[in-house]
Amino acid sequence: MSEQDTDQGKRQFLVAATSVAGGVAAGAAAVPFVASMLPSERAKAAGAPVEVDVSTLAPGERVTVEWQGKPVWIVRRTKEMLDTIRANDSHVADPKSLKKMQPAYATNEMRAIKEEFLVVVGICTHLGCSPVGKFAKQAEAFDPNWQGGFYCPCHGSLFDLAGRVYKNKPAPDNLVVPPHKYLSDTRIVIGEDTKGA
Amino acid sequence: MGKNMNKLKHLIAVLLLAPAFALAAGAEIKLDRAPIDENDQASLQRGARHFVNYCLNCHSANYMRFNRLRDIGLTDQQIVDNLVFTNAKVGDLMKIAMDPKDAASWFGAAPPELSVIARSRASHAGTGADWLYSYLRSFYRDAERPTGWNNTVFPNVGMPHVLWELQGEQVMAERKVQGPGFEKTEHVLKLDKPGKLSPVEYDQMVADLVNYMVFMAEPARSSRTTIGIFVLFALSLLFILAYALKKEYWKDVH
Amino acid sequence: MASAPKEPVQFSGAGPLNAPISGLITWVDQRFPLMSIWRDHLSQYYAPKNFNFWYFFGGLAMLVLVIQIVTGIFLVMHYKPSAAEAFASVEYIMRDVPAGWFIRYMHSTGASAFFIVVYLHMFRGLLYGSYRQPRELIWIFGMLIYLCLMAEAFFGYLLPWGQMSFWGAQVIINLFDALPLIGPDLSTWIRGDFVISDATLNRFFAFHVIAIPLVLLGLVAAHIMALHEVGSNNPDGVEIKQHKDAKGIPLDGIPFHPYYTVKDLVGVVVFLFLFFGVVFFMPEMGGYFLEFNNFIPADALKTPPHIAPVWYFTPYYSILRAITEDFMLVLAIGVAAYSLLIWLTARNQLVKMAALAIGLVVIVLMKGGPLAIEAKVWGVAMMGAATLIFFLLPWLDRSPVKSIRYKGPLFRTALSIFVVVFIVLGYYGTQTVTPAGTIISQIGTLIYFSFFLLMPWYSAMDKTKPVPDRVTM
Repeated sequence: MSEQDTDQGKRQFLVAATSVAGGVAAGAAAVPFVASMLPSERAKAAGAPVEVDVSTLAPGERVTVEWQGKPVWIVRRTKEMLDTIRANDSHVADPKSLKKMQPAYATNEMRAIKEEFLVVVGICTHLGCSPVGKFAKQAEAFDPNWQGGFYCPCHGSLFDLAGRVYKNKPAPDNLVVPPHKYLSDTRIVIGEDTKGA
Repeated sequence: MGKNMNKLKHLIAVLLLAPAFALAAGAEIKLDRAPIDENDQASLQRGARHFVNYCLNCHSANYMRFNRLRDIGLTDQQIVDNLVFTNAKVGDLMKIAMDPKDAASWFGAAPPELSVIARSRASHAGTGADWLYSYLRSFYRDAERPTGWNNTVFPNVGMPHVLWELQGEQVMAERKVQGPGFEKTEHVLKLDKPGKLSPVEYDQMVADLVNYMVFMAEPARSSRTTIGIFVLFALSLLFILAYALKKEYWKDVH
Repeated sequence: MASAPKEPVQFSGAGPLNAPISGLITWVDQRFPLMSIWRDHLSQYYAPKNFNFWYFFGGLAMLVLVIQIVTGIFLVMHYKPSAAEAFASVEYIMRDVPAGWFIRYMHSTGASAFFIVVYLHMFRGLLYGSYRQPRELIWIFGMLIYLCLMAEAFFGYLLPWGQMSFWGAQVIINLFDALPLIGPDLSTWIRGDFVISDATLNRFFAFHVIAIPLVLLGLVAAHIMALHEVGSNNPDGVEIKQHKDAKGIPLDGIPFHPYYTVKDLVGVVVFLFLFFGVVFFMPEMGGYFLEFNNFIPADALKTPPHIAPVWYFTPYYSILRAITEDFMLVLAIGVAAYSLLIWLTARNQLVKMAALAIGLVVIVLMKGGPLAIEAKVWGVAMMGAATLIFFLLPWLDRSPVKSIRYKGPLFRTALSIFVVVFIVLGYYGTQTVTPAGTIISQIGTLIYFSFFLLMPWYSAMDKTKPVPDRVTM
C-alpha cells in the first residue's frame, strides 16, 4: 500500500483516541499509589476522637490530652481568669477571633463553647513548638506586666488564656481550637463535633 | 509442527498426572466443603458475633480492626455496643489480654493468632474455609487427651472443644462396611450427647463463623473483585483501540 | 572543535501547539542528544518486519520491571524490615494502608509474571537462535539478568517473614554448607547469625531493594545497547542488514516506532488483562504465587510439613533433590561416556587429552572412594551448573542455521524434549519426594544436561533446510 492510500485522518484519530484512553488509564493507575500515602487506618485510629472527663479538673488547672499525636489543652478558667481575658483585648492581635482558627461554635470572646473550659491545640502557630503555661499574674522576664497565659520558649510568642496571640510576636495567629463537643456538662469529646454546629 | 505440539501436550499431561493418581490413593483427610457465601452480610454479622464470643478470648486477631466490620454492614455504634467487650476503641485491633507465654504453658502451645488463619489453612485438599468448617465439626471425646477432646481433622489438637455445649459430644464409633467381596471397618464420628443446637443448626452456626473468618483473612476481597471487573472492562476497551491502531499502521507493512 | 548548532526540530501533530513544542524540543536537543537517541533507538531503529508472537516478551519484561520497581517503592514506604514487625507490616499493608492490598498483589503477582515472561523470552531465543553470532553478548547479558532476577526473587521472598520465607531461605542458605572447607563459615556469614534472624532479614532487604535492582538496571541497559548495536534477530534467523536499499535502510526492516510501538502496545494491553485478572481474582494462584503456609508467621522451631520453593525455582530444585548417593554412579558413567565421546570426535590432540584428564578427575571426585565428594555437594554443583550452562549456548550450537524453522528433526526433537523435561522437573520440584518422582527427576536431570552437552554433535549432524535470502512473513 502506498503513502497516498493511507487514511491520515483515521490514523490521527486512532492515535489521539488511544493516547487519551491510555492517558486516562495511566492516571487511574496512579490513584491507588497516591492514595497509599494518605493516613492509614492505623493513623486514623490513633487520630480518632478522644473523650475527656473534666469533672475532676480543679479551677485554674490544665489537663493535656493527646489527639492525632498533638497535645490538646483543656484549662478550667476561673472567674478571675475570664475577667483578665476581657481586659486584655487591646494587647492581642486578633481580639475578636476574626481569623478562622476555631470552629464557628467557638468564635466568641472566650473562644470556647463554655466559657469555663478553654480547649486548644497546644502548638504555637509560629513554627510548631509547644508553649509553656504561665497562668500566674506576675512579672515575668518576657513581660513585666504579665496577665497570665502561655509563653512559647522557642521564639517568645505570647498567648492569653483564650489562646489569643499578643501583638508584635512571631506567631501570626491565635492558638487553634480543635473540633470538640460536650457529651455532658463535664465530658468533652475532642476531634468530633455536632454536624452543622 | 501442530502434530508435534499435540504429542508434546499428551506427554506432559501423562508425566504430570501419573503420580497424582498414585497420591490420590494415599490416606488424606477428606474435607467437607464449607457452605459459605461472602456476600451474605447477615451470615457475616452472625459469624462476627460468634467470633468475638467464642474465639476472641484465647485467640487474638492482631491485624484486624474492629471498625473494619463496617465492611459487613455494621455501624461504629453497633460494633461498640454489640461486639467490643473490653475497653478497646472501635479503631483498635482485636487483641487479647492473655499473655502468649501463659497460654503456651496452659495449652501446650500458644493459641494461634487468627487474622489470616483462613488463608494459611488452605491446601490442595481444599480451601482454608473447608478446613475450618470440617475442623470445628470434628471434635470427639477422647479420654487419652489431657483436654478430653481430640479431632479427626487436626489429630491431638491442643484446643478443647469450645463449642461442645452447642454441638454436644461426639464419639469415635466403628462401623462395618459391607462391599462386594470385602468387609472393612471404618471409623466415623457419632453424636453421643446432643447439644443445645441441632446438627443442622450447629453446621449453620459454624458456617457463619467460618464465613466471617474468611472475610477477616482478607477484608479487601470484595472490593478487590468489584474493582477488578472495572479494570478488566477498561482494558478491553483499550484493547479495541490499540488493536485498531496497530492494524491501521501495519497496513503499510503488509 | 566547536560544532555548528543542530538543525531546529519540527514537531507536528499538536495543531496550534506545534510551534512552542518545536521550540522546546529544539532547545533541549541543542543541549542534549534527544533527537539522536530518539532516532537511534526508536524512529530509525530498523527491526525485522516478521516478528511474531514470541517477540512480545522482551518488551513485556521491561514493563514488569517497571511495575516491580514502582510497586516496590510504595511497599517500602510501609514495610518494616525487622523480624519482630515484618509479618505484621505486610498485613498492615494488606488492610490498613489505602489500596495497599492492590500494590502488594501487583508486586507478588509481578514476581511470578517476571519469570513467566522471561522464560518465554528465553525460549524465543532458543527457538530462533538469537544467541548465535553476532549476538553472544546479548545472550550473556540476558543470562546475567536472569541470574540477578533469581537473586532478587530469593532475597525478596524472605521479606514477608512467613513460614515459607523462613524455611525456604534456611534450605537455600544451607546449600552453602555443602561447600568444602569454607561452607559452614560461609553460610553463617550470609545469615549474620547462627539461624535466619533479624540480621538476615535486614541484609536481604538491603540486597532486594537496593543492590540487586541497581545491577539489574545496568544489565538491562547493556542488554539493549548490545541488541541495538547488532540489530534484532527474527524468526527466520536471517540478517536483514545484508539487504539494504540505496539509503542504507534494510529492505526487510521497519522503524521500531511507530510499527513495533503500536504492536507492542497491543501485547501490553493483553498482558495487563491477564496480569490484572490474577491480581484481582486469584492473587494466590492456587498457592503457586502466594504460598498458603506463608500466611503463618516465621517460626524457627517448627518446619512446615511440606516446603517447596516458589514455582520458578522448582526445575533447579528438582535437580538438586535428584542427586542422591545411588545416582552418583549413573552420573560417573555419564561423565565417562562424555569424555570418551569428546576423545573420539575431537580433532585437536590437546582437546582429546584434556577431555580424558578432566573426565578422570571428575569421576574420581564422584565415585573415587576416599577421594569422592559427597552427593549433597554434587547436588548443589549440578543445580548451579544447570543455571550456568545456558551461558555456553552460543558455542554449543553448531548448526549452520539459526532458526528452528530451518533446523532439522534432531534439533527440533531435542528442544521439544528439553521443554517437556523443564516443565516436568518444575512440577516435581513442587511436590513432596516420592520414589517415582525421584527417578523421573533423575532421568530429567540427565536429559536436561544432555540437551546442552550433546548439542555440538546433534546440531552439526542435523539435516537443515535451506535458509531464504530474505525474511518470510
